[in-house]
Amino acid sequence: MNGVHDMGGLQGFGPVAPQADEPLFHAGWERRALGLTLAMGATGQWNIDQSRAARESLPPALYLGAGYYRIWIEALERLMLQRGLADADELAAGQALRPAAAGVRVLPAADVDATLQRGTPVARPPTSAARFAVGDAVRALNLHPPGHTRLPRYVRGHVGTVVTVHGVHIFPDAHAATPPQEAPQWLYTVAFDATTLWGPGADPGGQVSVDAWDAYLAPA
Amino acid sequence: MPHDHNDHHDHDHTHLDAMDLRVRALQTLLVEKGYVDPAAVDRLIETYETHVGPHNGARVVARAWADPAFAAWLARDATAAIASLGYGGRQGEHMVALFNAPGLHHMVVCTLCSCYPWPVLGLPPVWYKSAPYRSRAVMDPRGVLAEFGVTLPEGTRITVRDSTAEVRYLVVPMRPAGTDGWPEARLATLVTRDAMIGTGLAQAPEAAP
Repeated sequence: MNGVHDMGGLQGFGPVAPQADEPLFHAGWERRALGLTLAMGATGQWNIDQSRAARESLPPALYLGAGYYRIWIEALERLMLQRGLADADELAAGQALRPAAAGVRVLPAADVDATLQRGTPVARPPTSAARFAVGDAVRALNLHPPGHTRLPRYVRGHVGTVVTVHGVHIFPDAHAATPPQEAPQWLYTVAFDATTLWGPGADPGGQVSVDAWDAYLAPA
Repeated sequence: MPHDHNDHHDHDHTHLDAMDLRVRALQTLLVEKGYVDPAAVDRLIETYETHVGPHNGARVVARAWADPAFAAWLARDATAAIASLGYGGRQGEHMVALFNAPGLHHMVVCTLCSCYPWPVLGLPPVWYKSAPYRSRAVMDPRGVLAEFGVTLPEGTRITVRDSTAEVRYLVVPMRPAGTDGWPEARLATLVTRDAMIGTGLAQAPEAAP
């Protein structure tokens, strides 16, 4: 989706403002937002690509005006409504008005450390040879899918060079769909010359790379 | 204590209080429904507040500076090399280390969301997730570096990595001069979070305790 989350190359947001000795959380609710988002992510009701899709589908003005933990909470509430885990009146009331949905896996405190340590690896065994090798010239396709994708707009249509072949990874465009499919495919890092992407004013000698799945690329 | 009661300030407070109430209500609902174990929520928070942070990444970089064999392993298979120090898992399942060198500087961004190598750097700072950084890191990295007070030597090429997949990047900054023979623990004190994102450099030895 060509959403406002796809920010590479947008202008007008002003300077980066690093905060000296920034606290880890800026309010108590941000701590809670982290804990709840991770705990609900472990319930198996959605995967990380579906949660990213929910975040980038928020109303554009809300997305741009919210801090990141607010975005997480907004998306979490929407995912719960979509999955039938809660109803809007329950969210408004802050209490359960109806029984819980069945089949929700609950992360027990005793399993937190092991769950985080395990993570969610997305590499899958290859079933075919990689189409591209390091050094190959490739073109990022001019794709504008209405759903979730991880091909940023600023590289679409441009030619770059494969600098890394990572192996076969779950394809987020398919994994964010309902029902999700892993549809694993080869993943590459593709580097573009800054002048190719940004024209004559680009950083001299600069390069920008993205990690791109096979379906995003064509030989060039 | 002086307190500036301008409109903006009051607005922020109202907003924060509203979010506080909303997230408390959400937690109550999730616990009543039985979807979350409150002790698990506490443990998740505690993990990132106290155990996981840039000190992990600093240990990785210091080891790479001190031990050429480890540096070679980190370059070849960062996930395994980092796991050997006890770090891995969520948001660090597939790690790649990027080594800065004379004339070459790496910088990491996630233009599409907030992808960040949690096991080695912890949770990302606000600026990393903000529109100014996400929009400009790929288009004007030198200008962004200037906002961090970083000026690279003339002719240094910048390569920006946009973290668009589940691969997570750790920048290994150049080892500062004047640190020969330092033990790893002391070297690690020179390695800042920003240096491992590529928006900073390792600190000079006089900054070390």
